[in-house]
Amino acid sequence: MTAVDPTLDRPLDPPVRARRSFAARVASGAAGGVLRLFLILVALIWMVPTFGLLVSSFRDPTDISTSGWWKVFTAPGQLTAKSYSTLLKNDAITSSLLNTVWITVPATLLVVVIGAMAGYAFAWMDFRGRDWWFLVVVALLVVPVQVALIPLSDLFGKIGIFGDIIGVVLFHVGFGLPFAIFLLRNFFAEIPRELLEAARLDGAGEIRLFATVVLPLAAPAIASLGIFQFLWVWNDMLVALVFSDSQSQPLTVALQQQVRQFGSNIEVLAPGAFISMVIPLAVFFAFQRQFVSGVMAGAVK
Amino acid sequence: MESQRNHPPAVTTTPVTLTTGRPRTVTGTRWWVAGLFLLPALVLLGSLVVYPIGYSVWRSLYDADGSGFVGLENYGDIFTNDATLTAVRNTAIWVAVAPALVTALGLIFAVLTERVRWGTAFKLIVFMPMAISMLAAGIIFRLVYEQDPDQGVANAIVTSVHDAFVDSSVYPKARPAPAGDLKASGGGSFTSTGTVTAGTPALLPLVGIAPNKLPGTPENAKAPGASGDGVTGTVWLDFKLGGGGTKGQVDPGEKALKGVKVEAVKDGKVVASATSGADGTFALPADADGAHLRLPGSNFTGAYNGIDWLGPTLVTPAIIGSYTWMWAGFAMVLIAAGLAGVDRNLLEAARVDGANEWQVFRRVTVPLLAPVLVVVLVTLMINVMKVFDLVYIIAPQPSQDDANVLALQLFLSSFGGGGNYGVGSAIGVLLLLLVLPVMFVNLRRLRKERQR
Repeated sequence: MTAVDPTLDRPLDPPVRARRSFAARVASGAAGGVLRLFLILVALIWMVPTFGLLVSSFRDPTDISTSGWWKVFTAPGQLTAKSYSTLLKNDAITSSLLNTVWITVPATLLVVVIGAMAGYAFAWMDFRGRDWWFLVVVALLVVPVQVALIPLSDLFGKIGIFGDIIGVVLFHVGFGLPFAIFLLRNFFAEIPRELLEAARLDGAGEIRLFATVVLPLAAPAIASLGIFQFLWVWNDMLVALVFSDSQSQPLTVALQQQVRQFGSNIEVLAPGAFISMVIPLAVFFAFQRQFVSGVMAGAVK
Repeated sequence: MESQRNHPPAVTTTPVTLTTGRPRTVTGTRWWVAGLFLLPALVLLGSLVVYPIGYSVWRSLYDADGSGFVGLENYGDIFTNDATLTAVRNTAIWVAVAPALVTALGLIFAVLTERVRWGTAFKLIVFMPMAISMLAAGIIFRLVYEQDPDQGVANAIVTSVHDAFVDSSVYPKARPAPAGDLKASGGGSFTSTGTVTAGTPALLPLVGIAPNKLPGTPENAKAPGASGDGVTGTVWLDFKLGGGGTKGQVDPGEKALKGVKVEAVKDGKVVASATSGADGTFALPADADGAHLRLPGSNFTGAYNGIDWLGPTLVTPAIIGSYTWMWAGFAMVLIAAGLAGVDRNLLEAARVDGANEWQVFRRVTVPLLAPVLVVVLVTLMINVMKVFDLVYIIAPQPSQDDANVLALQLFLSSFGGGGNYGVGSAIGVLLLLLVLPVMFVNLRRLRKERQR
């Protein structure tokens, strides 16, 4: 995470070291060795589970059922992309992957746009009860999604969008908004007043001010929010499990149904899990900095 | 993160801080313009978040299908019904164990990675699981925890460590040949019906394993020779491929069973024991004269099969383990950001004063990090109360009841075939009540910020 925080790599031992005795240096060298060993061990423990599934996804089902994935170290010939090609020919999986996209993209865009508008109003507009309204938004930050599952399935049922992608998107928008407004309002409030006043004097209206001055300045915060919300929705299973049907279900729900027969269908689950992980991991590696700040700010969720 | 670096304390309060006081409007905005900007958000929040809270509270007072008012009965149900009671208990375990464990690991990792050059790579590895879905993490750990040591890596490690220290039995399927004198004697052991005499070789024929399935390269069995005052004998496989030979006799080509434990038993007491050699022969001292020979059950028990991770007793700890794997990176990154803001001179001063590294950590670093640690702990607690996906995915059907948590019970009783919206709503309201204290802390901090 160099990009995230280069300062964490500061050299540690101050010049004092030069004056240490030989014995002390040997002792601290040994301690350093133990420390390195420990950290390498931890890193291995953290990598092995994912690695195991990755290897399994590239093995033949018959190999999987007869031996552990670590056998590929001695028999690398077992590796095959067969499971992936089978999976990508499976209509249920490919259409659920598309559903994931159709749910995630609008749910992210809507939260960013609507959240930015409200955040701007809370930061720079004057209206009665502004602070009270904002308190309500902050209060909603920690509301668990579980509390809305039953009410919204009743409501969506009544207006006929239960089982529809729209319902899933709406749910994510509703529960994404408090954080979006909170984060962006704080960021907008930091914009120097003079900047806005200057634009105003140039004759910019409220909407132009928002679109051409405020939004571009807030690009870093919007990126963090966008990435955070994108991953949140992409990775969601619970909301989609309740609000989607077999036509509109995203990849997580489609895979979840396979888990019930775990063991007999690892050739679907392993590659399926990796396909669902590709986008989040790409986003993670490409936007580490924004992701980390989004996660840190989003700790409340 | 850049700003975290310059103002590290900000991290400690990120979730709740307003960065400035009240900014005034730029110039007189007409009220309806503000309304236009706010309207979409307020409508959506009102109908998708606020209304459901009210509806849940109201709905929780009605019965399963919403036809009859039952007062607080659904809440009483949560704490009396066995299934929900397990969920309450498990959620309590989660809240008590997982946040503390994750925070402790995050703290250790954050402090230790500062001391190695590749700390950034380490952090990347540990933080990575934060990006993937709980579903993917669940599938990953379902495979890790598979019972079969030839599938699940956890049991593969456990069994190989176990087998390195404990002799595992070599012939799990062997049984006495009918031609011999051995009979089952309980506990998987086989005992000879007759007694042995010194100088007369004892024959212990076994069957039940194919000669080509014997481990290693077995030697041919050798008929025991009589030897002085001791008891000698042979343990062998009284069968050869292609048949032939006399039952109960060591025929040429029949394979020896080496490493089988033979005990001489007199009046229920073991007086001597020996292990068969590579040619199947064993020799007992003279004490064995007149004893029954017994092949203890340890020769024949099935191979050690590892730990039943996802069985009723261990399923919750196992799932907490996978949660720790997912979230330790989160704790580590937040704590590391806090650590970056700790004044190094304070640590150095403590070292100069003669404090060792542990004392510096315990008395200086941890107290300085206390605000971050609290934020991390509280965040994880809120998160853990709502844990659902991991439990739903990792716990196999037979252990699901034992792994149950509140969020899962809500789902099961309302959507998973239960169809009871009354109890489901009550659980939802209970979850909301559990996070209310955090909501109030957020609001109080916010108002304090504003008054400044």
